[in-house]
Amino acid sequence: MTAPLLEIRGLTRTFGGGRRWFGPQRPGVQAVQGIDLDVLRGETLGIVGESGCGKSTLARLLVGLDAPTAGSIRYAGEDLQALRRRDRHALSRRIQYVFQDPLSSLNPRRRIRDILAAPLRHLRGMRGQGLERRLGELLEVVNLRPEFIDRYPHEFSGGQAQRIGIARALAAEPELLVLDEPVSALDVSVQAQVLKLLRRLKAEFDLTYLFISHDLSVVETISDRIAVMYFGRVIEQAPARALFRTPAHPYTRLLLGSAPVPGGPAIQAESGDAELPDPLAPPPGCAFAPRCPRARAHCRGAPPPLDPLSGRERHAAACYYPVEGAWQRQAPPPP
Amino acid sequence: MMAFLRLLARNRLAAFGGIVLLLLLLLALITPWLPLLDPDVTDPANRLQTPFSAGHPLGTDALGRDILSRLLWGTRVSLAVGIAASLVAALVGSLIGIVAGYFGGRTDNLLMRGIDMLMAFPYILLALAIVAVLGPGLMNALYAIAIVNIPFFARNIRGVTVGIAHREFIDAARLSGKGNLRILSSEILPNVLPIIVVTLSTTVGWMILETAGLSFLGLGAQPPQADLGSMLGEGRRMMINAPHVAMLPGLAIFILVMSINLLGDGVRDALDPRLKSGALSRPAPITRIRRGAAPPGDGRQGRADGLLAVDDLRTDFEVGRTTYHAVNGVSFAIGANECLGLVGESGSGKSVTALSLMGLVASPPGVITGGRVWLGGRDLLALPPRGIRRLRGREVAYVFQDPLSTLHPLIRVGDQLVEAIRQHQPLSRPAARELAVSLLDRVRIPNAQRRADQYPHELSGGMRQRVGIAMALANDPELIIADEPTTALDVTVQAQILALIQRLRTEKGTSVLFITHDFGVVSQICDRVAVMYAGRIVEIGPTAEILETPRHPYTRRLIDCVPRLGEPDNEPEAIPGLPPAADALPRGCAFADRCDLVEPACRQGEIELIATDAERRVRCIKPLGIPTAASQGESR
Repeated sequence: MTAPLLEIRGLTRTFGGGRRWFGPQRPGVQAVQGIDLDVLRGETLGIVGESGCGKSTLARLLVGLDAPTAGSIRYAGEDLQALRRRDRHALSRRIQYVFQDPLSSLNPRRRIRDILAAPLRHLRGMRGQGLERRLGELLEVVNLRPEFIDRYPHEFSGGQAQRIGIARALAAEPELLVLDEPVSALDVSVQAQVLKLLRRLKAEFDLTYLFISHDLSVVETISDRIAVMYFGRVIEQAPARALFRTPAHPYTRLLLGSAPVPGGPAIQAESGDAELPDPLAPPPGCAFAPRCPRARAHCRGAPPPLDPLSGRERHAAACYYPVEGAWQRQAPPPP
Repeated sequence: MMAFLRLLARNRLAAFGGIVLLLLLLLALITPWLPLLDPDVTDPANRLQTPFSAGHPLGTDALGRDILSRLLWGTRVSLAVGIAASLVAALVGSLIGIVAGYFGGRTDNLLMRGIDMLMAFPYILLALAIVAVLGPGLMNALYAIAIVNIPFFARNIRGVTVGIAHREFIDAARLSGKGNLRILSSEILPNVLPIIVVTLSTTVGWMILETAGLSFLGLGAQPPQADLGSMLGEGRRMMINAPHVAMLPGLAIFILVMSINLLGDGVRDALDPRLKSGALSRPAPITRIRRGAAPPGDGRQGRADGLLAVDDLRTDFEVGRTTYHAVNGVSFAIGANECLGLVGESGSGKSVTALSLMGLVASPPGVITGGRVWLGGRDLLALPPRGIRRLRGREVAYVFQDPLSTLHPLIRVGDQLVEAIRQHQPLSRPAARELAVSLLDRVRIPNAQRRADQYPHELSGGMRQRVGIAMALANDPELIIADEPTTALDVTVQAQILALIQRLRTEKGTSVLFITHDFGVVSQICDRVAVMYAGRIVEIGPTAEILETPRHPYTRRLIDCVPRLGEPDNEPEAIPGLPPAADALPRGCAFADRCDLVEPACRQGEIELIATDAERRVRCIKPLGIPTAASQGESR
């Protein structure tokens, strides 16, 4: 097996905290807590989780919009922070980002030409004729008409704007694209168009994707491997098929059981409180234990490590009592 | 730019101010070439001439100088100093504001505390102090006025910049390789420029007044140079015996500042994005209704069809000369204890339909142009505003998508519930409070007593939506209209909210109109479903049947384009193209351009909603799965 393109080890990001001029040490919020993750060249790694699980913080750390508090990210064997220090643009030439909200990620007062030309000019040093030619290519690659180049963002629909966002990310000729909920803000009919485009681009440009979403069905269709996050940690990681066939963590099972499918059986609803723990005072043990029907005393002691499951290939779960067997939608509980 | 000028011209006062200011500016510009007497030549023999005297149309002052000439030259000086001071203040102030707002942290703290110190002095005192240090003189007065006004720009621009600096396009620019300087100049500046112009236009008049004030005190223009303030100061001494000497410059200042302020207000209204979005025009308490003469149908139909019956509802948005047809003849009925799903993509008119039922579409620009809404035998759209207000929240209640924006952020959730209850029920405060807590309890909020005393921001998204539902239940409505109530929530929370709505239906017998874009949610909760496209219902019928055998090509494609959990090989199929624009709806089927089964007949004339099965109707001339063409079934 070749070395992974991206090696994430013990990645942690704490917000706030520290000392004021006076007063005691204040606790910080650990948005991301000691994440270990590998991304292989050419694969699509899906990251699933609900709001507040730290998936967007992880994305911002990877593209350099934020710096980790602890831990390391290595890109093709090279430390990301060192790379950034050496050359501000080096990271952006390798890893690019696609934003969730296509319209708010485009400056309303700049033409599409200016928006797309910026990475070409500043990251790839293009000028004049070459730049013009490349602009045309970029629009063509994402199926937009060439005359769109002189328009302003508000003249586009959500799907078109997202394609401009993708074109901007591709302009830097990156090897890895971090896609942060790229289709969540779009209508369902447009979602499918953008997903199709992303699939085509990946094959065409040999890209590696880190695809972040809260929507399980979208992640399932596009990912090779999936990592499930909860409260700042990866709690389960497996090849996509295996994850959906035999989810091992009770939280993954809850997520799957909560997603309504058209014409499918009734979904389960938790009877208790579906609240996340207080991020300022995280529980000492497994963060999911308060919601978990299988939790025992042991779970509340120390957080379970993300360990490979015996007998299942490349499947790991952070649970002391992983669930065995195939997953099936349950019939609604008797009233 | 043209749109801006047109907006400005429509504001009569601003246009008037603009014309007056233009005339004054023109006059000031051509003053050197006008056949005027020298403004500084004294002529003691002709002192204090009254206006309309020979050779001096506006008379002379105490030293016999021609007032008309001094007035024009003085206006020139005052305008130049005022505008120059404004530009200096705008430049320096905006620079400080942008830098402070963009970099934040320590830079922001340092710069803004400096600005605060500047603001701590009364402005005229500060100006006096600056002039005292620099010495009297027009240039020094200019500096003083500029410095005094820097905080005004700095604070304003900083506020706007802070809002922009955290937007995603700034992150995107950084990832495109732009440095801080480039981001400031090419991303942030274009977005704050309108605000700078607005601030500038509203302060120029003020600055001219301040300059005149300093000159009036003898600290600005020095004799013999004329400016409006110093003329006023000189005239003050002979107010009794020669009032015109002071009154004429006073009048000039008044006209000048008034014209600038009128124009400035107009510029602000035309440029400010907050005002452009219609925040100035207070919407009417009920949507404007302009139905044609005697719409068809009578009261009986409403009763026959159950709880609520909507008949040929039409809602338009009239913006300028364009009319957007958001709802184009929507008809449906909801029976007692039924849940009807209204499904469609954004822009399909589903939310506008829901809001139109109780006249909640903002007017202007919304207008209900046709149709009837029957509730319990009454046509809601024929009720007076007072009558429809009495029904809102009591018989029909709404639950909206984002509870954070529908709950008041500064009022405890319990008090908001009490308010909703007491609006319709004659309960004392403690009794209403008790009911509020029991409502929170009923929507399964743990520890309701304590939660009632919390503010909306202290609750999680799911809890807030429960409060929204509790508020809708406050007066035991017969119908709850839920507009995408779970779209903003996580799936596990969504599952709980759906279970809650389901339970309330069985317990209370409430009917629900459930608006969503998600067929998965529909199949969980709705008995029947209506699919909307381009402001029309294209298919309506029992949920299970429609999901199993969709009859309209749009319904089928809409179901097919959503990836289904557990079927990763089943690649979702995109629908090509975009929905038609609401101001240019095509003749015939609105979906024709995107449909793979289209034929010429689809584009010819109105297509009716026809019955295909016992309880199903579809707006298509070739419904899927129906062998013979549209001939069968009664049309409606």
